[in-house]
Amino acid sequence: MLTEKNITGFCSIHNGTITKDGVNIFEQQSDLSGLLLAAYQHLQLTYPKFYKMDNLSKLGWLAAEFLLKDTFNKDAYQPEETGVILANANSSLDDDVKYWDSIKDVASPSLFVYTLPNIVIGEICIRNHFKGEQAFYIQPDFDAQFIAQQVNYLLDKNIMQACICGWVDVFEQDYKAVLFLVEKKKTDKSAIFSAERMDEIFNKD
Amino acid sequence: MSNINELNEPEVFVVADNILSPLGKTTAENFAKLRENISGVKEHTDLTISALPFFASLFEKGETFVKADEHNYTKFEQLLIASIADALNGSGVDVRDKKTVLIISSTKGNISLLEDEAITDELKERISLSNSAKLVAEHFGFQNQPIVVSNACISGVLGVITATRLLRSHQYENAVVAGADVISKFIMSGFQSFQALSVGPCKPFDKEHDGLNLGEGAGTIILSTNHKYAQNIKVKGGSISNDANHISGPSRTGQELAGAIKNALQEANFTSANIDFISAHGTATVYNDEMEANAITISGLQKVTLNSLKGFYGHTLGAAGLIESIISIQSLKQALVISTIGFTESADPEKVNVCATLTRLKANNFLKTASGFGGCNAAVIFGK
Repeated sequence: MLTEKNITGFCSIHNGTITKDGVNIFEQQSDLSGLLLAAYQHLQLTYPKFYKMDNLSKLGWLAAEFLLKDTFNKDAYQPEETGVILANANSSLDDDVKYWDSIKDVASPSLFVYTLPNIVIGEICIRNHFKGEQAFYIQPDFDAQFIAQQVNYLLDKNIMQACICGWVDVFEQDYKAVLFLVEKKKTDKSAIFSAERMDEIFNKD
Repeated sequence: MSNINELNEPEVFVVADNILSPLGKTTAENFAKLRENISGVKEHTDLTISALPFFASLFEKGETFVKADEHNYTKFEQLLIASIADALNGSGVDVRDKKTVLIISSTKGNISLLEDEAITDELKERISLSNSAKLVAEHFGFQNQPIVVSNACISGVLGVITATRLLRSHQYENAVVAGADVISKFIMSGFQSFQALSVGPCKPFDKEHDGLNLGEGAGTIILSTNHKYAQNIKVKGGSISNDANHISGPSRTGQELAGAIKNALQEANFTSANIDFISAHGTATVYNDEMEANAITISGLQKVTLNSLKGFYGHTLGAAGLIESIISIQSLKQALVISTIGFTESADPEKVNVCATLTRLKANNFLKTASGFGGCNAAVIFGK
């Protein structure tokens, strides 16, 4: 009953560089906030919610935008058929510190809401109208084996038809996002979905 | 969705469990208190947590949970260790077996450490959930790297669902799922800033519901596919969904939680008629309770007996799904559904059938729901 699953796209944001399917598409050497803003402007979108997000959500949301832009056919799936499975090492610590600093004055609900790592999943789901399975795991390092196992389960059992999975991590100026789009279809650029393939892409830069 | 039996997947049995809360140190102690309608929620005055008095279910200040602790475990880690130790005691599950995995659920773990000192690399490591999970795993001698779930208020239920899937796909034979959260100023101030807290003891699904109480606690459920536990309660099905609506407010319609309930029923090979009672999330915020009531009605479960245990424990965040599932497992075993303390008159009598008093009910299966920030929803079904 194992279904064929393919990585039909991947996107990474790391070291001031955004790559999609292995090709550099945007570069800017600045601090993280500057990079995130410039990348957002590069997309030429009007999405005011972006400005309210913390850096973790901005990073994951942007990675998903670049991952899905032009190549993902949203109409191929029902909202309930796409899942998002993410992990990181620092949870929401970047925003936790900022929230805790804010409470010396007046506790900020808009900072507090981002003190949960899974909010980035919520932001990606709102933007793309994904209503399927979702989970956020904390791992010392990207555990491709575990993520692959989770995604395989969802796709093999037809619980989901497509999944975005990967790593979105931010603490201060350390950041890395690598997202994979996993679908059951093949494309001319797709590769068979496996932990090894994810690791290979993840460790490229 | 496929019927699990067609795929020749193993059934997942509940081996043992523990609740460690201000009401008691074992599942039995906790259930006895709930039977007697005794709540852990009290008014507290504690300036280290809040400038104003507040209602919450908290452990005694300075209480320790692990004897002769040479490792300086934090309160969060102590709660996990004490809860897991009690659940393992006499369970017959070998944690040193490669076939056993540890899963930890928490929303904020050691975040209170951030309140006393500036962030350094060392503190960052000490706060990291992976580090706490590693310390707990080493304490018991688990061989595999622990899995950490941090997905807002569905963390506990998601821990159970993650474990069930790992066991069904033969990755492991046994899973120890433990969740805990500790209430400090960080969390209290955040819920205050959201104006999400009740001014008194919370009133889930009541006409007068006006917000939640926070609570501390830990819960552990040990699951196994080993047939020596075949007479035990089983995890029948589970599912997660996202509202794709708002990061800090639930869906207006409840359609997405209803979607998770539908998928969980389907995985269990059930219809709504198989559900004998519901352990709701029932935080007692107007938004949550309305959304949940809508989801329950969409699912055709509006006549089914439903309780919320938040009036006893407050909202125990990453532990809530575990603690509330464990109480409900006891309800299956003892044919006794716990009341919804704080509830008197229904806010939505057409949509939910709230259990207001301790109710004798021969039940085979129950549904546990949970929802949280980020628009996440979870549903899991346990049964005989």
